[in-house]
Amino acid sequence: MTSMRILIIEDDRDAASYLSKAFREVGHTVDSASDGVNGYDLAHDGDYDVAIVDRMLPKMDGLSLIGALRAQKIETPVLILSALGQVDDRVKGLRAGGDDYLAKPYAFSELLARVEVLARRRPKGAGEETHLRLGDLELDRLTHKVARGGEEIVLQPREFRLLEYLMRNAGKVVTRTMLLEHVWDYHFDPQTNVIDVHVSRLRGKIDKDFATPLLHTVRGAGYVLRDSPR
Amino acid sequence: MTALAKLARTTAFKLTLAFLALSAVSSGLVLGLVGWQVGAVVDQEMTQTIEAEANGLSEQYDQGGIRRLGLILDERSREPGSSLYLLTNAAGETLAGNVARLPDGALDRPGFIETPYETVDVSTPGRRALARIFVLPGGFRLMVGHDLRDKARIGAVMFHALAISLFCLAALGALGGLLVSRRVLRRIDAMSNSSRAIMAGDLAQRLPVSGSGDELDRLALNLNDMLARIGELMAGLREVSDNIAHDLRTPLTRLRNHAEEALRASGDPQSYRAALERTIEESDSLIRIFNALLMIARAEAGADRAGMSEFDLGAAINGIAELYEPAAEEAGVDFDVRIEPGLRLVGNRELIGQTIANLLDNALKYGAGDETRALPAPGAAVAPPRNAVSLDVRRVGAEVEIAVADRGPGVAVADRARVLDRFVRLEGARSRPGSGLGLSLAAAVARMHGGSLRLEDNGPGLRVVVALPFSGAARQLPAPAATALMPALS
Repeated sequence: MTSMRILIIEDDRDAASYLSKAFREVGHTVDSASDGVNGYDLAHDGDYDVAIVDRMLPKMDGLSLIGALRAQKIETPVLILSALGQVDDRVKGLRAGGDDYLAKPYAFSELLARVEVLARRRPKGAGEETHLRLGDLELDRLTHKVARGGEEIVLQPREFRLLEYLMRNAGKVVTRTMLLEHVWDYHFDPQTNVIDVHVSRLRGKIDKDFATPLLHTVRGAGYVLRDSPR
Repeated sequence: MTALAKLARTTAFKLTLAFLALSAVSSGLVLGLVGWQVGAVVDQEMTQTIEAEANGLSEQYDQGGIRRLGLILDERSREPGSSLYLLTNAAGETLAGNVARLPDGALDRPGFIETPYETVDVSTPGRRALARIFVLPGGFRLMVGHDLRDKARIGAVMFHALAISLFCLAALGALGGLLVSRRVLRRIDAMSNSSRAIMAGDLAQRLPVSGSGDELDRLALNLNDMLARIGELMAGLREVSDNIAHDLRTPLTRLRNHAEEALRASGDPQSYRAALERTIEESDSLIRIFNALLMIARAEAGADRAGMSEFDLGAAINGIAELYEPAAEEAGVDFDVRIEPGLRLVGNRELIGQTIANLLDNALKYGAGDETRALPAPGAAVAPPRNAVSLDVRRVGAEVEIAVADRGPGVAVADRARVLDRFVRLEGARSRPGSGLGLSLAAAVARMHGGSLRLEDNGPGLRVVVALPFSGAARQLPAPAATALMPALS
């Protein structure tokens, strides 16, 4: 993972310093602001890969801040952190221009995974590639064909979407919640192992007969699709 | 503030004053108008009298000339209560009459004038007369007039009447105003005392109602109704927060106990680590419980109406079914899904999806072959029958029924109502992970959508039916025959 520049706008100093420390430990650069106005100034002038914005901030609330940034054509990806975790709060946050939404309290692994996936989207307008490739694994989004080492692999529609999401975020950890969000479009917390069973089925199809496994489990966090073992 | 000052500040008193002022002005207007009319009538009468007399004198003059006129005037002047007369020659010398003096030049213009004058006998100053001046041939001037005292007297009478009536009006009005405002003030005071008591925390207190059915009573009754409604809402709120506090106490205690236990058993870093991990796990489950409780509370309050929109129920539930299908297969469960296509519903897709996910969770968890359950079937003890879970979505009359059924031990009829309450977990379920909130949430979500949740016997097993009112206006899009029934997934 390359290093990212992260802006944290959070008025709770404990939470902000905890986040800064945790992000620095995994090798990212962090700036932080403790109110909306200061945060807006930093986000406006600084060139950040991603901004983490608390929804309730002094001086200017999170959603207004995002609205102001978007009005200024500043497209830094924004993840909204909020104590409001209801479905409509989430919809409101995304509608205001946020790119992702995470309710407090959260696991740092979940936040890290989401931030890293979000930052990747930076070169906007590059367009979504129609052909994805990772090592000898290929996925064609137009023909819905998947092949590994030249041999076609037959996937169910849902497995195809799962693999597509993993491939688009190859090298990044994706959590179970993220998979449920992007593959099934549901935002609740999958409490049982339903997602794991899907992943292990997919693993059975793409890794089973090959020497190098691509789909790895990251303990306590989620899954990662990776070409070479780290 | 003195009692009087307080009284004077009441709306009733101010209103009385305003009405008082208004009636004073109007009675002044009326009396003024009458006075003016009376004055006009008096004027007219005087003018007529003067005209008549002048006509008579004119005849005398025609018959006997100036001499005769002088004699007649002298004669008439001597009669008591006579009119006013004055005859002068061209030099301005008085020839006859009872008027001693007129202002200079008053006799020069013929016609009616109003002028001060002095009499011959008693010279009371400041008298005024209405008179007609005639200019006769040879420079003679004749004045025939009437004293204006009568008119002034009438004016004075009118003025007195006005003054007295205004005074009475003011006195009566002020008195009435004070009485009315004291009466109103007493009731308002009673009301504000009651409301202060209510604000001070005596929520059972109500505003006094006099029983007369007047506007103050209506107001008091409405406010009392409002207080009752607020009381109900507060009681409901208190119940929810009491429940949440109570419900969270148990897992919090568990969390604390485990942390304490880890501290007491001074161990190696390895066991500390394990204890920490367990603490995080427990706090996660605490958060999940809290979220579920919040969701139930919000669904019960109907607060998530904003999140409602029209969606394809079949597609939404099919997504959930696909999510659970591999897990079911892994658990060795026959999973049978039948979804009627084209069912559109106005509702909260997320909550309904999560509800069905909870129900499927339950069905897979509790419906699976459980060794402890009593199986009357002979020979079953050797190999418990394979569990089968089914998910059925179909339209029944005006409702859409989503049914999740399993082949587990089911729920006894006596327990069916109880199991919908929060945190109720039946015997045999307690040993498995779970919070006891799944069915409560499902029931709350059903109610929020105007529907219901019922538990049925699946003979054997449990069948949970979520019935939602079919709001999609039955826009049955002509579906291709091929998709009439989605094939079972497994």
